Amino acid sequence: MTVHSFQEHFDSLIDREIAIEPKDWMPDDYRKTLIRQISQHAHSEIIGMLPEGNWITRAPSLRRKAVLLAKVQDEAGHGLYLYSAAETLGVSRDELYNQLHTGKAKYSSIFNYPTLTWADMGAIGWLVDGAAIMNQVPLCRASYGPYARAMVRVCKEESFHQRQGFEIMLNLSNGTDVQKKMAQDAFNRWWWPSLMMFGPPDAESPNTVNSVRWRIKRLTNDELRQKFVDVTVEQAKILGLSVPDKDLKWNEERGHYDFGVINWDEFWNVVMGNGPCNKQRLETRKKAWEDGKWVRDAAMAHAAKRKERKAKAA
Amino acid sequence: MNNKRTLLDYTLRLADDALIIGHRLSEWCGHGPILEQDIALTNTALDHLGRARSLFQYAADQFNGFPAEDKKEVFSSVTLQTLLASGASIGEDDLASLRDGWDFRNVLLVEQPNIDWGYTVARSFFYDLFNYLYFTELVKSKDETISSVAEKSLKEVTYHLRWSSEWVVRLGDGTEESNKRIQQAVNELWMYTGELFVANDTDNVMQAQGISPDLGPLKTEWLARVQSVFDEATIAMPTGTWMQQGGKDGNHSEHLGYILTELQFMQRAYPGMSW
Repeated sequence: MTVHSFQEHFDSLIDREIAIEPKDWMPDDYRKTLIRQISQHAHSEIIGMLPEGNWITRAPSLRRKAVLLAKVQDEAGHGLYLYSAAETLGVSRDELYNQLHTGKAKYSSIFNYPTLTWADMGAIGWLVDGAAIMNQVPLCRASYGPYARAMVRVCKEESFHQRQGFEIMLNLSNGTDVQKKMAQDAFNRWWWPSLMMFGPPDAESPNTVNSVRWRIKRLTNDELRQKFVDVTVEQAKILGLSVPDKDLKWNEERGHYDFGVINWDEFWNVVMGNGPCNKQRLETRKKAWEDGKWVRDAAMAHAAKRKERKAKAA
Repeated sequence: MNNKRTLLDYTLRLADDALIIGHRLSEWCGHGPILEQDIALTNTALDHLGRARSLFQYAADQFNGFPAEDKKEVFSSVTLQTLLASGASIGEDDLASLRDGWDFRNVLLVEQPNIDWGYTVARSFFYDLFNYLYFTELVKSKDETISSVAEKSLKEVTYHLRWSSEWVVRLGDGTEESNKRIQQAVNELWMYTGELFVANDTDNVMQAQGISPDLGPLKTEWLARVQSVFDEATIAMPTGTWMQQGGKDGNHSEHLGYILTELQFMQRAYPGMSW
């Protein structure tokens, strides 16, 4: 086949919604876009362990501690499947780590915000994981097979995480005055960054057109954001929390909530490295990686020696 | 101490060991040298935490059944005493979060800091091997609750021991640097291993009642197995003979205070709330 006919074959698979598999021919840009998106997602899982990990040793009860530990562990697991999915596209985990550690690859900006009280564990589960699910459920039907399959498992666990976050919030909002205050404070701080999680408005989103065409993305940033607002506002009512947006209003005609203007200046600043915790998060990751070097070297050396001894014995 | 008090003291020791080692291992979550090991260590932390919870629940049941006069004498914590004065019964979180360090009964080994992967592996290996041998015997305990906790834990502890033994070998046999590091960790933690096998009054009473095992034979077996893993890892048995002790009686290292400061923060700052 000529390159032209490879392209036609690929396009026809996409159009017929047949999954693209690692050995199939794919356009370079498709491969690059996927590597960027999957590795960003993997990095987000790994960096995302830190703000929640921050409360493991301080969880308010043994039960909450166990649930939080298990949740952060799930995130490590998600990182693992996603790095594996990226590896099927011909890039190694070490190379992807290197891109993260040198600042070349991005991760979800939301994790550059600090977790200041226990209620943040609730708000992250409810809002951040909630927003992540909105983004990710359509990806279970993404055109690239290994990615779509990884996402099916990720989404199942994320929906459990979202419920546990909501349950923490519900517990706080049914609690004492100070617990209610803690819940509202966390909601105030996480609401806007959660809306930013869907990315820049469609008009300014450079990657959207191709991603939709290739069915790597199924809905646009603005469509997903609206869906999130509509669902979450109703959930906030159940919690008795007020949405920190004076412009929030139900629009009968559109059948959606109208909401205030997002501070995109803040968003881009956090993306560019000026968020409250960018430096701290990346330094922590780098330190873990560098401190672990002698351990990984030892494991490799031991494995090689064992292999050698086995070969000699045989 | 009467028999009931002794059983409570013993149950709390088992619970505190589990809680504190679980706490230390949970500090690694998100900071491990490789993702797979991060996940493995968190799993182990969860096993210990689960065991701690079962044992604290059992300890709370025992305590709640004490006559009012006895209850006043058991714990020194003002917060716990205030809670009791209100007529409330206590639960697992009160025991974990409202006792001060001198009422904690864990051995000194489990509260030692992580420092690096080598120290963490060495601490886990010493403790996991002890736990494996101890729980193998504890399954026969005449106390049904303790015996059933031991039975469930034995499966977990068998895996923990495999994990930490393999890492001792990997580090010892790996590179020159890893050999040096694991050797140093083993040497420095050695003085905290003696306490595992020193019976205090509580151990003696529990053993006499068939509730806890005889520590003597366990020590011989433990030493032999340490030697065998160290041989494979090409590291030397530490030569130090002076052993620290006191944890079982509430005399801890300075580290415990800081662990409790974090672990108990929420229950102390926002007392009497449900989470």
